[in-house]
Amino acid sequence: MTAVTPDVAHADVRKSGRFLFRAAIVFLCAWVLVPIYFLLINTLSSPETVNAFPKSFIPEFDMGSLTFFANFAGMLTALKNSVIVACLTMVLSIAFGAPAGYALSRFDFRGKELFRVLILLTRAFPLPLLALPLAVLFIRTGLDDTLLGLALVHTTLAIPFAVLITFSLFSGIPIELEEAAWTLGCTRFTAFTKVVLPLIAPGIAASAIFAFVISWNEVFAAAVLTIQNRTLPAFLLQSLGTSPLHLKFAGGFILVVPALVFIFAVRKYLFAMWGIANR
Amino acid sequence: MNARTLPYLLILPVTLFLCVFFIYPFVLVAQLAFTQGDGFTLANFREVVGYWKFPISLKNTLLLAAIVVPIQLALSLAMATMVSKMEKGRDLVLYVWTIPLGISDLAAGIIWLAIFEQSGFLNSMMSGMGLIDKPISLLTYEHPWVIFIAIALAEIWRATAIMLVILVAGMGLIPKEYYEAAEVFGASPWKRFLKITLPMLRPSLQTALVLRVILAFEVFAVVIALGGSLFPVLMAETYAYQFDLLNSGAAAAIALIILAISIGFTLIILRLLRVPKGATI
Amino acid sequence: MAQIRIKNVAKRFGAYQALHSINLDVADQEFMVLLGASGCGKTTLLRIIAGLETPSEGEVWIGDRRVDHLAPRDRGIAMVFQNYAVFPHLTVFENIAFGLRMAKMDNALVTKRVERTAELMHIEQLLKRYSGELSGGQRQRVAVARALAMEPDVILMDEPLSNLDALLRLEMRAELKGVLAESKTTAIYVTHDQVEAMSLADRISVMHQGRIVQAASPIEVYRNPAARFVASFIGNPPMNFLPATSHGNGQWSVAGQTFNGPATQKPLEFAIRPEDLSPADQGLKATARVVEPLGAHLLVTCDVEGASFRAVLDSDLTVRPGDILTLAPQPDRIRWFDPETTQAVA
Repeated sequence: MTAVTPDVAHADVRKSGRFLFRAAIVFLCAWVLVPIYFLLINTLSSPETVNAFPKSFIPEFDMGSLTFFANFAGMLTALKNSVIVACLTMVLSIAFGAPAGYALSRFDFRGKELFRVLILLTRAFPLPLLALPLAVLFIRTGLDDTLLGLALVHTTLAIPFAVLITFSLFSGIPIELEEAAWTLGCTRFTAFTKVVLPLIAPGIAASAIFAFVISWNEVFAAAVLTIQNRTLPAFLLQSLGTSPLHLKFAGGFILVVPALVFIFAVRKYLFAMWGIANR
Repeated sequence: MNARTLPYLLILPVTLFLCVFFIYPFVLVAQLAFTQGDGFTLANFREVVGYWKFPISLKNTLLLAAIVVPIQLALSLAMATMVSKMEKGRDLVLYVWTIPLGISDLAAGIIWLAIFEQSGFLNSMMSGMGLIDKPISLLTYEHPWVIFIAIALAEIWRATAIMLVILVAGMGLIPKEYYEAAEVFGASPWKRFLKITLPMLRPSLQTALVLRVILAFEVFAVVIALGGSLFPVLMAETYAYQFDLLNSGAAAAIALIILAISIGFTLIILRLLRVPKGATI
Repeated sequence: MAQIRIKNVAKRFGAYQALHSINLDVADQEFMVLLGASGCGKTTLLRIIAGLETPSEGEVWIGDRRVDHLAPRDRGIAMVFQNYAVFPHLTVFENIAFGLRMAKMDNALVTKRVERTAELMHIEQLLKRYSGELSGGQRQRVAVARALAMEPDVILMDEPLSNLDALLRLEMRAELKGVLAESKTTAIYVTHDQVEAMSLADRISVMHQGRIVQAASPIEVYRNPAARFVASFIGNPPMNFLPATSHGNGQWSVAGQTFNGPATQKPLEFAIRPEDLSPADQGLKATARVVEPLGAHLLVTCDVEGASFRAVLDSDLTVRPGDILTLAPQPDRIRWFDPETTQAVA
């Protein structure tokens, strides 16, 4: 009998170990989700409930806060501005970033390392700070308080990611596919459009979405560079001190929702991108 | 278009763009910081550093980073290890854990405000358990440490995901054979983590820490949302100089100080986690 | 007419000289194999002919056109890649049709051509599938069909069979030979596998360190290697070498035995293939070290005056390690090499 006991003890340890492991995972999931759930409760409650005490832990599904948000002066314009800036950022960062990603993955050229350092440097800088001098520069060029001006700054934020993601995407496509296309009658350009592009289109979409999220979430530069044409985060930030709670929560919720959807859409590419970027 | 000039044509747009919107403004910040009226001066720095709020905001920023970053490092390492051990439900758990990646600092601040404000969920919970009779106002100047904890929690909640993603990707690059070899040689799971995972993860740790530390010095909207002006940090000071005091020279000076701290820490991290040449995977 | 002429082609990658002044003529409809170890420059040469690399120096002619400054698509070539390069987002049909569509061929003609080529490669039942649903061997067939459908003047193949398993490789080898002979296309085929080279080639160009060491028919390369490298590379196991000293008048002493050889006074190396040795009363004294029964033959690795020496013997013989054998070389198969120039001496 004594010979059996260690085995049983061992099995017990393993069982409780597995239980602990699962409990930790569940706890960490809750840690992420529960605060978002609280925000959801507040958003789906009437303004009165939001300011009342104590709070219910179940949403009452009242559209009061959201209606208030929608009717708040300037809020919907700010929302529209946010979408426009994020879309501009998306287009600009892919338009600038993807060719560079292609060049990095396909060619060895003099200065390649220097270029890579430049791209990595931008990632290692507190970029929103650069909005300060740009504010002055934009006044001179007429870009001040414009959505394009802000989108250009957000593009600077998104470009290192756009370059790195597209670099990893292009690297995932064997060069032989392109070479085969060349020998079958394609030019460099048609080989790209007929072979490479169809294969990486989903990935390009993912990196575009990533750029969108970066711009959508950015607060500091948006607050510095816009005055009349506030984006949603800038608008919320500006009115944090004065606006009622239910407005803050509804605004915060509107900020969070697209991010949730987008992260879900690009989840596959998140990891691939960093895997390559660290090599 | 031949293969020699094509790559340069391809990187030309992005390089020009970065020159105009990254390098040039950087030069401008420096210029702005070091001039007042006309000519070179350190007056901006003297003014900024001499202001009574500066030591507090510097201390707050550094303290926040010093508390938050190590916790995030430990947490993201633990989470990445858990994920690597999971079979069922791995994708779902990874998605849930990376959700905060898409959430802005402002939104995170607002989310945690829902918990910490006077009629918020923390008070509701405490009153539900009978710990308090009426809601207490938590985020006030009387409880600076509550503000600090709220901000730290919001930061940990929001920004651990970016480190997690980088570390999970990095762990994916470590070949399984190394672990099997170590196991054959009798290394315990903990030893395997110390002797294989950590050293092999150095490039990812570098990236994760650099990125995270820089973001930590840029902390801004979370602080504004939770503490308002009760908890001064450097970035908020920059904002205040620019808008409330309309002193862009001083704002630039603080910006340069933040930049200098960021670069200093980046260099330290790169140095500490250096990978010897030829020792890469 | 699509003969290929390569004139003084050299290729440098930075400081590294991948190809040294290559000259090679390939006749119309000839099957030329470029054979060599990895890093010898054979793939670089093929890619220069395809237009995927530009030569640092020299000219490439296909037919009566100089092509070295033309893009791959303007050269009248088709290529089969080592990893097949079957487009994953297109069906097998569209893969084979790809080049024809690029050439703006009429739709009905495309269908006809694709179906005919698919039939030739026995993949007509796979036309609707995607590359992810195919086995390695099937992908290989699609890649070859795609090249053949172009009806090119020249077909270039870069180790097309190296990713297949041994049995499939044997099957595809025979099939390729038949299909290409029928298509009357000039072919250049790169491989590191000498058996593949011997079985497919009209002529083999043996490459070593960026140079063509010998270009000749398979049997010539095997029987009369032009240089010591060829002798030591071709044949499995490769040729044996022993130092020889001259007695004058074309008499040479090798390991205590006397052989007839070239009439020169320089020291030479004596060379003989392991399969051209047989046990006899008179011959080289060899001490058996390792005995490997291979079924059809007995491979014996021995010592001859301290040098390693292999013999392929009849599998009926009983040889044990330590036995002393007397091995007689077949006189007309003995070859001589100059150790200084490494070239063969007649």
